[in-house]
Amino acid sequence: MERKLTCIICPRGCDMTLYLDDGKLISVDGNACPRGKTYAEDECTHPKRSVTSTVRTESGRLQPVKTSAAIPKELVFACMDEINSVVAPDGLSIGDAVISDVLGTGVDVVVTGKAI
Amino acid sequence: MENVIKTSVAIIGGGPAGMAAAIAAREAGVSDILILERDDSLGGILRQCIHGGFGLHTFGEELTGPEYAARYEARVREMGIDFMLNTMVIELHKDKTVTAMSSERGIFTVKADAIVLAMGCRERPKGALGISGTRPAGIYTAGLAQKFVNMKGYMPGREVVILGSGDIGLIMARRMTLEGAKVHAVCELMPYSGGLARNIEQCLNDYNIPLKLSHTVTAIHGKERLEGVTVSAVDENRRPIAGSEEYIKCDTLLLSCGLIPENELTVSCGIDMDRVTGGAIVDGDRQTSEEGIFACGNVLHVHDLVDYVSEEAVIAGRAAAEYALQGGVAKGDLIKVKIVTDGKIRYTVPHILHKAEDTTVYFRVSDVFRDKKIVARLGDRVILSKRKLKLAPGEMETVKLSAKDIAEAKVGEIRLSLEEV
Repeated sequence: MERKLTCIICPRGCDMTLYLDDGKLISVDGNACPRGKTYAEDECTHPKRSVTSTVRTESGRLQPVKTSAAIPKELVFACMDEINSVVAPDGLSIGDAVISDVLGTGVDVVVTGKAI
Repeated sequence: MENVIKTSVAIIGGGPAGMAAAIAAREAGVSDILILERDDSLGGILRQCIHGGFGLHTFGEELTGPEYAARYEARVREMGIDFMLNTMVIELHKDKTVTAMSSERGIFTVKADAIVLAMGCRERPKGALGISGTRPAGIYTAGLAQKFVNMKGYMPGREVVILGSGDIGLIMARRMTLEGAKVHAVCELMPYSGGLARNIEQCLNDYNIPLKLSHTVTAIHGKERLEGVTVSAVDENRRPIAGSEEYIKCDTLLLSCGLIPENELTVSCGIDMDRVTGGAIVDGDRQTSEEGIFACGNVLHVHDLVDYVSEEAVIAGRAAAEYALQGGVAKGDLIKVKIVTDGKIRYTVPHILHKAEDTTVYFRVSDVFRDKKIVARLGDRVILSKRKLKLAPGEMETVKLSAKDIAEAKVGEIRLSLEEV
């Protein structure tokens, strides 16, 4: 079986063709680099996405955050719920964790910028 | 307070282009640099671009907008580069003075040896689109909605239609969805998207948001608040097809219909402009038709990637430094090579070359093309041929011209075209 997939790893956005046998990835065509193949493998087995959003701080300001790595795609909305229910202490800076091990993924939600 | 400030290099705009230009000018040996920024913080539009995808070229890792900006801001501060916030430049003059104002200083003049224009771009507004119907609340440009959501914490609405498939529209489709809104459709007038392929995939396909190509909004409904839009298919001349109308109930319409370089200062200064890019005509150093005035970033031409903005700003900043330190930019041995394009390549930056040095030329194509080759010719001789499987107007392309070929072209032309393989 063939599956078409656009790689999202970098802005180049390679159009890839995945050759599958019984849901198992056999080979990939159209990827310009090995990261495309890894992404294709993940998409066939367990798709992952990074989440970026904002959290409220104690003083009521907004602070941008992201997951420190991609999390399972089906947890994206649950992760948003976690992000939207947390109140970050004031004074956090880039890289500081707002939520540790979000939803048991082993991934932290970390600050990406100044509170505004 | 002294109302004339003297500096070697003045930089208008403290976004990614302005900061990278300032850092490059400092590294090239200029001690006296001043960034003028109208907002209350450095960083420009990156501050509201909280999504990822920035920095893969520059830093070899994927950063969010605020992280990318923070790295440059840290460098600006480390180097002790001066900047003024909440300061609006209102006039640019050929004698390399600018008139600026702030509540702190009032109206004042900055007199510089060289100037770098880095004002960025703005969104094409509703008024420029000519959509019929009423004018209710609930219609925003995508970037304004982005500012509301990411910097103010306000949701502009719950039931959303997006017109235009530029990257900001795609990013906002995902952002609004993540915050609980329902995005019913992204309509694109053209038969192809103006955004990056990866954004179609991760912002629309991931959330089953339909992308309606060759569709536009033909009517707006609602008196006080938007109640719905009429969406119609368009023919190959982009005219709505009668009978194809579809009513979509929504309370919010976001517009992502193109970015316009913000060049009021440039135009009123009398600098030569490129009607295609909406930016100044520049040479390889990003010097405009006015000696000592340089331009870079989205004010020069709209980029897809901030990494390319930074790259371009380094060229402009370095050249501005050279100009300021030496009282002019050495233009080599009377080289003046025009880059000429066919219709399929819409524009190039730079437009003209004054130096025989290896030069990266950035360009955009006018349509979606598959399996073509980009060919550069000097007279009849092919000096470069590069095969590309896919080219799209939304994705900026590059070719590298060699110093040797530019030297040979001397005062002639290098022709760039898109040809069959």
